[in-house]
Amino acid sequence: MATRRGIPGETGQSKDKTFSVVGTARPKVDAHAKCTGQTLYADDLVLPRMLWAKLLRSPHPHARILAIDTSRAAALPGVHAVLTGKDLPIQFGILPVSQDEEALCREIVRFIGDPVAAVAAVDEDTATMALELIDVRYELLPPIRSVEDAAKHPSPQLHAYADSGNFHKLVHLEFGELAEGFAKADLIREDLCFYEGNTHLPMEQHAAVAHATPDGKVTLWSSTQTPHYVHRALSKVLEMPPSRVRVIATPNGGGFGGKSDPFNHEMVVAKLSLVTGRPVKICLTREEVFYCHRGRHQALMRIRTGVTREGAITAMDFESYLDGGAYGSYGVASTYYTGALQTVTYDVPAYRFRGARAFTNKPPCGPKRGHGTPQPRFALEVQLDKIAEQLGLDPADMRLQHLVKANTVTANYLKIGSMGLGPCITKVVEGSGWKERFRKLPYGRGLGIACSSYITGAGLPIYWNDMPHSGVQIKCDRGGGVTVFCGSSDIGQGSDSILAYIVAEVLGIEPLDIRVVTSDTDLTPVDLGSYSSRVTLMTGQAAIQAAERVRAMMSGPAAAKLDVPSDRIVFGEGRVFDANVPERGMSFADAVVTAESKLGTIGNVGSYTPPRSPGRYRGAGVGPSAAYSYSACVAEVEVDPETGFVKVPTIWIGHDVGQCINPALVMGQVEGGVYMGLGEALMEEMAYRENRNVVHKWPSMLEYKSPTTHEMCDVITYLIEDPDPNGPFGGKEAGQGPLLPVMPAVANAIYDAVGVRVDEVPLSPPKVLKAIQAKAAGKEPRFGPSSVPLVPWPEATYVPTPAQGGDGKSRPRNTVG
Amino acid sequence: MNQEPVPLIPLARKIPGEFTVNGEHFEITYTGHKTLLEVLREDLALTGTKHGCELGECGTCTVLIQGEPQLSCLVLAQACQHQDILTVEGMADGPALHPLQIAFIEVGAAQCGYCTPGILLTAKALLHENARPSRQQIKDALAGNLCRCTGYIKIYEAVELAAARMRGEHAEPLRESLYGY
Repeated sequence: MATRRGIPGETGQSKDKTFSVVGTARPKVDAHAKCTGQTLYADDLVLPRMLWAKLLRSPHPHARILAIDTSRAAALPGVHAVLTGKDLPIQFGILPVSQDEEALCREIVRFIGDPVAAVAAVDEDTATMALELIDVRYELLPPIRSVEDAAKHPSPQLHAYADSGNFHKLVHLEFGELAEGFAKADLIREDLCFYEGNTHLPMEQHAAVAHATPDGKVTLWSSTQTPHYVHRALSKVLEMPPSRVRVIATPNGGGFGGKSDPFNHEMVVAKLSLVTGRPVKICLTREEVFYCHRGRHQALMRIRTGVTREGAITAMDFESYLDGGAYGSYGVASTYYTGALQTVTYDVPAYRFRGARAFTNKPPCGPKRGHGTPQPRFALEVQLDKIAEQLGLDPADMRLQHLVKANTVTANYLKIGSMGLGPCITKVVEGSGWKERFRKLPYGRGLGIACSSYITGAGLPIYWNDMPHSGVQIKCDRGGGVTVFCGSSDIGQGSDSILAYIVAEVLGIEPLDIRVVTSDTDLTPVDLGSYSSRVTLMTGQAAIQAAERVRAMMSGPAAAKLDVPSDRIVFGEGRVFDANVPERGMSFADAVVTAESKLGTIGNVGSYTPPRSPGRYRGAGVGPSAAYSYSACVAEVEVDPETGFVKVPTIWIGHDVGQCINPALVMGQVEGGVYMGLGEALMEEMAYRENRNVVHKWPSMLEYKSPTTHEMCDVITYLIEDPDPNGPFGGKEAGQGPLLPVMPAVANAIYDAVGVRVDEVPLSPPKVLKAIQAKAAGKEPRFGPSSVPLVPWPEATYVPTPAQGGDGKSRPRNTVG
Repeated sequence: MNQEPVPLIPLARKIPGEFTVNGEHFEITYTGHKTLLEVLREDLALTGTKHGCELGECGTCTVLIQGEPQLSCLVLAQACQHQDILTVEGMADGPALHPLQIAFIEVGAAQCGYCTPGILLTAKALLHENARPSRQQIKDALAGNLCRCTGYIKIYEAVELAAARMRGEHAEPLRESLYGY
């Protein structure tokens, strides 16, 4: 399909503006390459004289390294270098507060799969053989297997910097007067929910190629979502100035958050290349990808909510207990995220959050699509379903009546801009035949509803600084071609395409006349990376600014040449012309020549920094965003009461995306989000042997169940466009939000189908069956957790709410009126 | 520490082989224990064929051997000599893309694009057998190809679009597929 011009009736429309590119479905800029096998992913790169690297990984969950003898491996013909921890002694990590990872473990291994040595050899077979010749002597240490273990065994500590014992992070925040809120409630419910962690399972295994050159520089190509952060970590670990380290993110074969950390293998290949003077490649096996993990945290949750007879929330008390695995990763942020976004869908006047993240001897958890928010969203939306039932209210109507209002500030100081959840609910209720079918389907079939919200980009960067979050540079060629440079990384979501569409819209040219250069720390201005659903909004705003500056540069010379006032100059349809007399104009290419003749080289830069959040308390950095997307979901299920097997034929989903930049890409993100949510709901789990012990139960794609075409449901998608003033042309995120309501919608539908509550994810057949059997035996018709571990909670950070006249700062409780 | 001597590892034996890939004849020497996947990617530089597990679990490395979809990670290259092998690089006719490729591009069936080559080839084999597959038949054919990005829906729509065009029908993407309901 050729890109279309701005023909009336075929253009995207927002409330007050007609676009020529924005809002129209069109192919991605990289679609042709991806459909012809021409896209080069990291493992497709081959350099002359390239060596292969392999990592030796710990077979023990927790052990002290007594000795490593690499002499036999080094003596193997074809082996060029062997590294151990002493060669890379500097620690790193994605967050400045948890620099706890080593490229190769020096003294302690903390999970099965933790790397201890690395080899570079002439080929993969030789490198693999060399690993077997490395002799490591370990002293086994008792493993911490669970949050309960961590609570019981504060020592020995896995990491000395933990907040308390083996609790990496403990958070206690209180907004407003909880007791007063509960006192106003007609009904108070307390529920426990459990969310088994799961992993990203990108189709592409992580791979990296490093090339250290004799001029003292090193280049790393890597399948990473965050080249800027890898650049910083690599420079630190290699002890080389950032100016001599170049990181290029190759197109990612799927990320979903799993390629957002700086990884051991990236440090190791760079060092091996420096040591050998040759390019070095590593491609992880699928089993190793499971050990890299950084996936969804396992979370046990307690939620206590007070509501009025009408279902209005008067107070909420939320606790999360996270199994973080062996390292910090994004864990501090993940912990805060399990408490941050409960307040942005329905009005919550008083709110308390307590979160604990334990260190355990398992692969480290981190950010997976939805980062820390799907678990609490599940607990909240399932509890609301129970509340609606107890109050005799329709759960869709109850939600609709208590929505957060647009342009307000929540109890925890998150600033809501546009808010399109109402129309999302209305659409899925109409589309699914909710009013006619909810609670009326035959036994075994049911409908469930749930809603959610997600950030459009984190309000703060990973490391503290006052610089922009995203930068875009534009260069115009004399022939009319435009090159857009940006540090953002396309992980399949289409971020390269978004840059082309937005610059095309502003400059009035076709996306095909734009070349996009991204993800190269030497060539492109910094963008923080593809995480937190930030890319379209932040690179989009930076691109608009850069393109508007280019337009301003070009307008003057064009106006002079056309002899019209420059405020009448319009850019559109590949031309630069007089708004009053459109025939009076010139081609875009001629306008570049005209401008370059007068001003010199034509190009400009733009950048973007999110607005400052009103929260000023410690912990206020997680949750703020320039804009929040909203989603509503109805799931239909068929439950086999004999087996507990759940089939989901159809999901209806409404998503408030603000404004589609390319609706086809939004559709793809929404459908993909529903798919991934369905996998989490029904089957995906990062499970460990022997009752949640430390050995991964199934580090393979066959045994880690994910939906095939046979399990995937039909998806009926409604895109709600309620432009947000902070978004580029009004746009908000679509990559993560639509996953969130799927799990609770399926759980609520199971209740509608067979009258049992499964308060756990995944909602796998054994759990559903146990709940059905419990019901048949006259017991509580439920499967779920029944207790929480004892945690040494810190004193609350007390923050008066905006409604109490708070200023966003915390203060001692007794000084409040 | 371990005092055992370093074993003498025989140099990996290279053997001569003849392969017909995308209609092109190749005479090469290659390590005899390599899979077809490895020979395609490493010895013939046809990196369009991807891998997600190298254990026959994900379908990503699917190529057509004698027109049949096969997991190239599970097939020894030696077993494929003198057979017609088709990879994604061979789908287009010169600069003219295959209707499946065009349809995948139009509806956005490739997001990260990593599973796309295997799915395109599996779909090609399906349409060769069945010019008018039902949605269920498409699902059955693609059940061995995992995709983590799309939820498969745009893939079904692209296969249906290409099938219609290959039957000579005038077909365009459905509006609700690109813009929602």
